[in-house]
Amino acid sequence: MAQVSLNNIRKIYPNGYEAVVPTSFDIADGEFVVLVGPSGCGKSTLLRMVAGLEDISEGALSIGDRNVNHVDPADRDIAMVFQNYALYPHMTVRKNIGYGLKNRKTPASEIEDKVQTAAKMLNLTEYLDRKPSQLSGGQRQRVAMGRAVVRDPALFLFDEPLSNLDAKLRHQMRIEIKALQRRLGVTSIYVTHDQVEAMTMADRIIVLNAGRIEQIGTPAEIYHRPASTFVASFMGAPPMNLLTAKGSGGRVTVGETISVAAEVADGPVTLGIRPEDIEIGPTCDIPFTVDIVEELGAHRLLHGQLGGQELTIHVGKDVVVSAGPIRMSINPDAVVLFDAKSGLAL
Amino acid sequence: MKRAGFATRWLPILLLLPQLAIIAVFFYWPAAHAVKSSFYLEDPFGFGSSFVGFDNYIHLTGSSEYGRIAKFTVLFTVLVTFFSLALALLLAVKADNVIRGAKTYRTLLMWVYAVAPPVAGFIGLLMFNQSWGPLTELAKSIGWDFKLGVNFNDTAFAMVLVSVWKQVPVNFIFFLSGLQSIPKSVREAALIDAKSSFRRFWDVTFPLLAPTGFFLLIINITYALFDTFGVVDTLVKGEPGNNPMTLVYKVYVDGFRGNDMGGSSAQSVILMVLVLALTVFQFRLVERRIHYT
Ligand SMILES: Nc1ncnc2c1ncn2[C@@H]1O[C@H](COP(=O)(O)OP(=O)(O)OP(=O)(O)O)[C@@H](O)[C@H]1O
Ligand SMILES: [Mg+2]
Repeated sequence: MAQVSLNNIRKIYPNGYEAVVPTSFDIADGEFVVLVGPSGCGKSTLLRMVAGLEDISEGALSIGDRNVNHVDPADRDIAMVFQNYALYPHMTVRKNIGYGLKNRKTPASEIEDKVQTAAKMLNLTEYLDRKPSQLSGGQRQRVAMGRAVVRDPALFLFDEPLSNLDAKLRHQMRIEIKALQRRLGVTSIYVTHDQVEAMTMADRIIVLNAGRIEQIGTPAEIYHRPASTFVASFMGAPPMNLLTAKGSGGRVTVGETISVAAEVADGPVTLGIRPEDIEIGPTCDIPFTVDIVEELGAHRLLHGQLGGQELTIHVGKDVVVSAGPIRMSINPDAVVLFDAKSGLAL
Repeated sequence: MKRAGFATRWLPILLLLPQLAIIAVFFYWPAAHAVKSSFYLEDPFGFGSSFVGFDNYIHLTGSSEYGRIAKFTVLFTVLVTFFSLALALLLAVKADNVIRGAKTYRTLLMWVYAVAPPVAGFIGLLMFNQSWGPLTELAKSIGWDFKLGVNFNDTAFAMVLVSVWKQVPVNFIFFLSGLQSIPKSVREAALIDAKSSFRRFWDVTFPLLAPTGFFLLIINITYALFDTFGVVDTLVKGEPGNNPMTLVYKVYVDGFRGNDMGGSSAQSVILMVLVLALTVFQFRLVERRIHYT
């Protein structure tokens, strides 16, 4: 267990492409940090630099209180879980899990004990003598986890470990990994492009975009107070509604519809509101036209037009709506305003 | 996997016919002929032949010369197979580590593959030329008076060297593609699990190359036994008498130089059985080949 600190870490690939612009953040001891962002934004690159699988072009990386810029991956006291599991196909589950220990000169009896403990924790005991090809995807995933936990490292690194699993298994493993990490208290960096995973698992989320950090914060901060329109539209399904609005005289208005009090300079702004922060009902003040009702069982999504702009409203399962004109109102406290040009929160 | 079927029965047979005809004319017919003549003693001047039963075979088992050549062939095969595989593996591992220039490296090595065996033997002749061959010079500089075609051991050494040189590129290409088909993430996982590159090679890379290795082993044994004919022929040309030769070369020497068709046929029948055994072994192996997925 250790804190991790990245100080102006930068990555330029040999072909000259700058995959990560100088980036700094600290991770506290035992913290679960999720790196999230769209495909190609540099999440894996960042993680692989921490693992030592990729050279750090510039900057300083420390794990614990040791600078590890030039330390071999095997000596960084890390364990990594790969997207495709990266199990050794010719070794049994037992050997797969124990291989890292064996190379660290652990006595055989101690390896066996640790492998047994890890296997029990991950429900793998009955598969110890099988080869990876004889396991299901979920079991392979567990073996990959076993390989990581058995070493009791200072830092866990996960690179989209669940993306090869089906939705149900993904949900189950999400909870298991989180519980395991809580129990072991190992500092973790978890890469995903799935914002649900990020929201549910993270102590802190780092949203990356095109190699730079857009926002660092707790899931609630990221969700409710996005630092930019990018974060607002990336996090949440459906994403935050972003409406073209205008500030004048201490109010922000969207055409003839929404109007909220806000201390902004006169001129164009972007108004953000989460679909669930909009209410509907006959006494509400704003007219809205529903085009499509999306039935999701536990709730419904209403997609429609607000004065010519697309808007989505989230309503409970008991609210019966059909396409056509209705009335809505917004919770003014939930409104987030962004600079119309830069997209940054005001 | 989905199997596609033919609408009529005779179409596949018709399509196979040319291939079958070629095999029949160039393989089954001569093979049958060889089996038949191995039971006859043929007059060296072509005046008929007489049935002698297993005499030709019995003669072979009693022949000390045949035994000596068989022993040499085994030693030759072991040496050629071992060194061509080991060298190729070494080169492939090195090439796999270089990312830049790998293509040039591969192409350069592949050229050797394009050299025909007799030409390879001829190049060997030049390299080991008694008066000015660079390798003879080199041997001389370390106090080794190299005499190709005169000294049995020296000639054997040259045969092994040229045969290995000729076979390394093929093995190299297979090993390299085997190495490159090992998933990158598996190697990276090993990088985190084991600090020593030596351990990583023997624990992870080598076992994952094993299927390629087994396959190449058979290919190389077959090569050393049969396809080195051209190399042997060039290097011992003229005076096979006192020089090392392989069993395949002996078939040729006895049959076409010695005009002993019966004995030569018996030898080739023995070799055919050997090939058959190797083939069966290989098929067995391929069937049992572990598929790592
Ligand atoms: N070896 C390389 N050489 C050059 N550019 C690379 C290399 N590896 C990755 N890149 C580029 O760096 C950028 C970041 O890649 P990275 O793999 O970190 O993305 P990611 O955020 O993990 O994406 P994904 O969610 O698809 O896995 C991409 O634009 C990619 O094309
Ligand atoms: Mg990635």
